[in-house]
Amino acid sequence: MKYYDLVIVGGGPAGLAAAVSARDCGIEDILILERDNELGGILNQCIHNGFGLHTFKEELTGPEYAARFIDQVTERGIDCRLHTMVMDISVDTEAGSFRKKVTAMNRTDGMFEISAAAVILAMGCRERSRGALNIPGFRPAGIFSAGTAQRLVNMEGYMPGREVVILGSGDIGLIMARRMTLEGAKVKVVAELMPYSGGLKRNIVQCLDDFGIPLKLSHTVIDIEGKHRVSAVTIAEVGADRKPIPGTEERYTCDTLLLSCGLIPENELSKGAGIALSPVTSGPIVNDSLETSIEGVFACGNVLHVHDLVDYVSQEAAAAGKHAADYIRHGNKKHAKTVEIRSTDGVRYTVPKYVRPTEMSDTLTVRFRVGDVYKNCSIAVYFDDICVSRRRRPVMAPGEMEQIILEKKKLGEYPDLCSITIRIEK
Amino acid sequence: MSTRELTCIGCPLGCAVTVTLKDGSVTAVTGNTCPRGDTYARKEVTNPTRIVTSTVHVTGGIHPMVNVKTSSDIPKDKIFACMDALKGVRAAAPVRIGDVILSNAAGTGADIIAAGNVPAK
Ligand SMILES: Cc1cc2nc3c(=O)[nH]c(=O)nc-3n(C[C@H](O)[C@H](O)[C@H](O)COP(=O)(O)OP(=O)(O)OC[C@H]3O[C@@H](n4cnc5c(N)ncnc54)[C@H](O)[C@@H]3O)c2cc1C
Ligand code: SF4
Repeated sequence: MKYYDLVIVGGGPAGLAAAVSARDCGIEDILILERDNELGGILNQCIHNGFGLHTFKEELTGPEYAARFIDQVTERGIDCRLHTMVMDISVDTEAGSFRKKVTAMNRTDGMFEISAAAVILAMGCRERSRGALNIPGFRPAGIFSAGTAQRLVNMEGYMPGREVVILGSGDIGLIMARRMTLEGAKVKVVAELMPYSGGLKRNIVQCLDDFGIPLKLSHTVIDIEGKHRVSAVTIAEVGADRKPIPGTEERYTCDTLLLSCGLIPENELSKGAGIALSPVTSGPIVNDSLETSIEGVFACGNVLHVHDLVDYVSQEAAAAGKHAADYIRHGNKKHAKTVEIRSTDGVRYTVPKYVRPTEMSDTLTVRFRVGDVYKNCSIAVYFDDICVSRRRRPVMAPGEMEQIILEKKKLGEYPDLCSITIRIEK
Repeated sequence: MSTRELTCIGCPLGCAVTVTLKDGSVTAVTGNTCPRGDTYARKEVTNPTRIVTSTVHVTGGIHPMVNVKTSSDIPKDKIFACMDALKGVRAAAPVRIGDVILSNAAGTGADIIAAGNVPAK
């Protein structure tokens, strides 16, 4: 069985940045496995601009941002295998030390196994399926997920329809409203179930307002008409219980319904490997080194939790690469004391979930999302019962990721620390 | 005197900003929480511009399409003229990031440049 120090599953922005960082930390023997025919992941279909504002101080398109990292991987001569699907990850008991066995498949080599000291999971996420939506009526042609429509228009040059209704105001839905309008389609309305949009403000202004496309909050699709192809869609306002309010129905004739209902980390492989997953994020539960519940298996990017900015994906992935390099060199500090980060009062989850005060980097970025829109509230951090910091935020929304920074020095002042709590306070 | 309502995109707060205009020039900006909102609103009402991104067909490449964008921001009311100018435009592989695909698109002074790499087949 072929051996690598580090195997990276997925060649999107997370996998690429992790590989570059691990190499720059001195790991020579790295392999990236990517199931697609090129590197870059989801960025290849994101032809709009706005990527990399933080990292490069420029507004790049998705392919441009990807190309910067692909160039760095190529310059360093890091091995990549494209068209290669990872099927299984397990702990390799035969190899004496704590090795991982990665089983993968492609057309030229068939099924093959690789032994690795460390593995980084960077498989990204997929769209929530439309089955999750409880829309009554037929299932005629003309219903697409927003991401599928994005791939069709941008990569294959095929327009899915001419008259469009979009359900869900996540960023992909907003971006596709503009994209289809520019390509000559008429986008009639964007309906959002929640009383707030899940997308970035910037996208609401530049993708909807610019083109006079109405956004109807607290609305949902209640009926889809059409025998073979969608011919009309009816939407209605919903009450606080999210049930349609009779008398508020509006019917739109259209040939296409796009569903933009959010993303979910792609963790079939992690599940198969027996990695503990968070019920909130659907991604692996990790500690301050982004290590999962299986020693030497790390995770970063959208497979860990859904990010809205690729810059944060690259930063997180660089950290994963560095920690994997440390692990390959020095092994795991299994017996280090571990402190749990608890999320309550509006904080839905944190990544990471555990911190090791003696092992963590000098500063640790803890990222999280809030469960509702909060105006003029504070993010409070408690070490056991003691409030150690409060930061006022004019506004927080579920669509935008928040963060706090933990300092190793500060944690060191609390040797008996049992838990850290992050909460939203008035 | 006329007024325009805008949403500032400077940060997630998304302030509702009102701009008062007299004879086409700005006399007041209200509703913004910080100076960035003022700057944004003045630009939006006097000279709104956008970067336009799209795709064009590629011949002889490993992919059928390539990402393109305007080399600088163009007036907002030229967006559709720019899209029209791109109709029927084809690029021949290999295409490299930065290659000029169409110069001076729709008379805006901005070029359409490649924003993706497509190697030849
Ligand atoms: C439509 C859309 C619009 C966005 N717009 C913006 C924006 O404007 N600005 C911004 O900053 N960010 C934006 N983002 C966010 C950003 O693009 C993502 O957060 C980022 O691409 C995630 O990177 P990733 O590497 O984790 O995942 P991905 O890019 O999804 O990469 C994962 C890779 O893993 C591969 N893979 C998965 N499973 C396997 C397997 N079993 N074997 C082998 N390979 C596998 C996949 O093929 C894929 O290439 C957007 C995201 C989407 C989806
Ligand atoms: S005015 Fe200032 S605070 Fe308000 S949205 Fe714009 S940048 Fe943010």
